[in-house]
Amino acid sequence: MCTVCGCGAGEVLVGRAAGGGRRSAAPTRGWKPAGAAANAHEHAHAPASDHSGHMDFGNGPAHAHAPGLSQHEMVRIEQDILGKNDRYADANRRWLAGRGIFALNLVSSPGSGKTTLLCKTIEILSSRVQVAVIEGDQQTEFDAERIRATGAPALQINTGKGCHLDAAMVGQALERLAPVDDSLLLIENVGNLVCPSAFDLGEAHKVVILSVTEGEDKPLKYPDMFAAADVMLLNKTDLLPHLRFDADKAVAFALRVNPRLKVFRVSATTGEGFEGWLGWIEAGLAASAGARRICQEEAAVVTGD
Amino acid sequence: MHEMSLAEGIRGIVEDAASERGFSKVNAVVLEVGALSSVEIEALRFCFEAVMKGTVAEGARMEVDTVAGVGWCMPCARSVPIAQLYDPCPHCGSYQVQATGGTEMRVKALDVDGPAGAAA
Repeated sequence: MCTVCGCGAGEVLVGRAAGGGRRSAAPTRGWKPAGAAANAHEHAHAPASDHSGHMDFGNGPAHAHAPGLSQHEMVRIEQDILGKNDRYADANRRWLAGRGIFALNLVSSPGSGKTTLLCKTIEILSSRVQVAVIEGDQQTEFDAERIRATGAPALQINTGKGCHLDAAMVGQALERLAPVDDSLLLIENVGNLVCPSAFDLGEAHKVVILSVTEGEDKPLKYPDMFAAADVMLLNKTDLLPHLRFDADKAVAFALRVNPRLKVFRVSATTGEGFEGWLGWIEAGLAASAGARRICQEEAAVVTGD
Repeated sequence: MHEMSLAEGIRGIVEDAASERGFSKVNAVVLEVGALSSVEIEALRFCFEAVMKGTVAEGARMEVDTVAGVGWCMPCARSVPIAQLYDPCPHCGSYQVQATGGTEMRVKALDVDGPAGAAA
């Protein structure tokens, strides 16, 4: 998405599903929406100098609105600004539920170790369950290639100038990636601790990753993400002996923002603390698969099959 | 900068309403934004003006009704006012407070000219 004018057709790239063969050399071509020109971004942006004259900046108290004082007709709307994204997210959630797929949306700052954590998770889980990955980054297929090297199918979405994945992008990616029934879908969001918090992708849970090389106070500095998440992984714990990072303080700050947050302390490098994280995933997988079977049995009863 | 996506969302809602009800000009867009929502009003204002160019809401005012933050304090078992997601309960001081209100981001109403103004 263009952050100047909001256009996006030529910027967002959804990669092709590839991988699945262990250590296979996967192709790295990207995919563009049909009809998108190689550079669909050569339109005129309104110059910044146009941003004057019309708006009431600083005129009257900020954020004030007095209904009934207007000379004009008021039309009630009452719609969520993100309603369109939420409708796409609901469709994704139904699509995933129909297939018993347990989907997690992994969010963090850049450099928290998300991709390494995914690789380690896949490495341990792949003998028990099928795992597919959707990777979100502004540019490059580097992360998808790292995932494919583990043998799991991965699809890269390049958001161009965009700062987050949205539900429509993920919906397209699901169709292409076609994860199998009763599998695990890991969505690695764009490394950004702000914007992805507002966008539901249809996942079962947001999982926020905080690494011990960051500040303990990050949950307070970026509270929206910690409030939106259900699980926090405190990553890189193998480095704690070398750092002045107070892990208990970081966890206390996160719980201050979100008292329901479930916390696992892990190291994606050594595998330390992975039992709890993997156990939680396996419980989620069992619940998703169970819910799918119940739905199908109910459908069979209704249709008399 | 997800405010640009939010501004695009507002534009979509305004354009849908315009084609549904047939009004030709929007003078003001009234938003309802919670104090605990993830939106920066001044950034949204900037994006709003840019995104509305060439639409029925070009040059429209963006008015914001702020909704106060509310949390549920688990120890007190009641709703309490909070200004930030990490605020303690003002009564017992506990941080066991879960945000329950003031997280909304909605288009509440439009101030319009045109035939649909009469229809509404």
